[in-house]
Amino acid sequence: MKIRFKSVRRFFVALAVVVSASATSLIAEPLSSPLRGTTPLDEVAPAPLITPLKNSAEREVRNYPEQPPVIPHSTDGYQIDLNSNKCLSCHARARTGESRAPMLSITHFMDREGQFLATVSPRRYFCTQCHVPQHVVRAPVENDFIDIDSLLNAAAPGARR
Amino acid sequence: MTTTDPSSAPHGAPREGRRGFLRELWHVLSRPSSVFSLGALVIAGFVAGVVFWGGFNTALEATNTEKFCTGCHEMRDNVFAELKSTIHFSNRSGVRATCPDCHVPHNWTDKIGRKMQASKEVWGHLFGSIDTPEKFADRRLELALHEWARFKANNSLECRNCHSTESMDVTKQSPRAAVAHSAYLFNGEKTCIDCHKGIAHHLPDMRGVPGWQ
Repeated sequence: MKIRFKSVRRFFVALAVVVSASATSLIAEPLSSPLRGTTPLDEVAPAPLITPLKNSAEREVRNYPEQPPVIPHSTDGYQIDLNSNKCLSCHARARTGESRAPMLSITHFMDREGQFLATVSPRRYFCTQCHVPQHVVRAPVENDFIDIDSLLNAAAPGARR
Repeated sequence: MTTTDPSSAPHGAPREGRRGFLRELWHVLSRPSSVFSLGALVIAGFVAGVVFWGGFNTALEATNTEKFCTGCHEMRDNVFAELKSTIHFSNRSGVRATCPDCHVPHNWTDKIGRKMQASKEVWGHLFGSIDTPEKFADRRLELALHEWARFKANNSLECRNCHSTESMDVTKQSPRAAVAHSAYLFNGEKTCIDCHKGIAHHLPDMRGVPGWQ
């Protein structure tokens, strides 16, 4: 009986040591996340600054063929609703001569049955559902995306594609 | 008094009485004053002129403020609410274009002309021609067309009161803006409103408007 009591006491002492050690290690360990910074979890991190918008109008290469091209200019205040579509005032077929903007793809004229309409299909009308302007940012997390051309090159160097 | 007493006059006398009054008025106005000195008349005329002209211009200025324009709910709840999110309302340099900056000519004679035109807007307010969001939406294109026509006719004068081509540095603009301004603005081929529609208010249904779909 005495032995048993002693072991129970030893268990609790050990438990207390473990708990306090782990608690101090939680507090002591510096928190550092690329997204969160070093702010402790129970505090609100300062909001990051709004980064400048890319407004160079230089076309950006797509990372993969199906990627919707990104918008290389500011679209602040562009109205896209039932009444009007500011993007189309430059990118519509009939407007590209004057605006010198790229015409929106013919795929945007296609309805869901694959039929080509005379003008933009309603389901492709809201440009910013897929196309977005870009900000100049330093990526907070590392990106190990590999371009398909690099992959193919690695698999068969110098092969014709 | 040279006129006859209207009450005792025979048939047709009121007309005669009015003519008599006009004749007497002309008689008084056309002759030099026998009561007031020339100095008093000049000073009184000057003071009255200051009061009336000052009062007129003060009233004119009072009706040329954001506060006055947004005094009726048609403006406050529709177009003014839309303006608030645009760069002409709040921006990095803290300059605001208020309603009259764009919608009332700054030049005096044109301003008076526009003010007289605006009496129709008072009529519209009294009879509620756009007093619901639905009514406003229905007439929005018509109203916008009026403003676009005015801007087109005066070569976007109200834009140019602040934005002049002379002080515009295209090298400070985005490449897109620089190309467009060089190709269409500086040679006078287009004026501001041709491209910059809907920058301060939401656009109406743009079907049929040139350059839009």
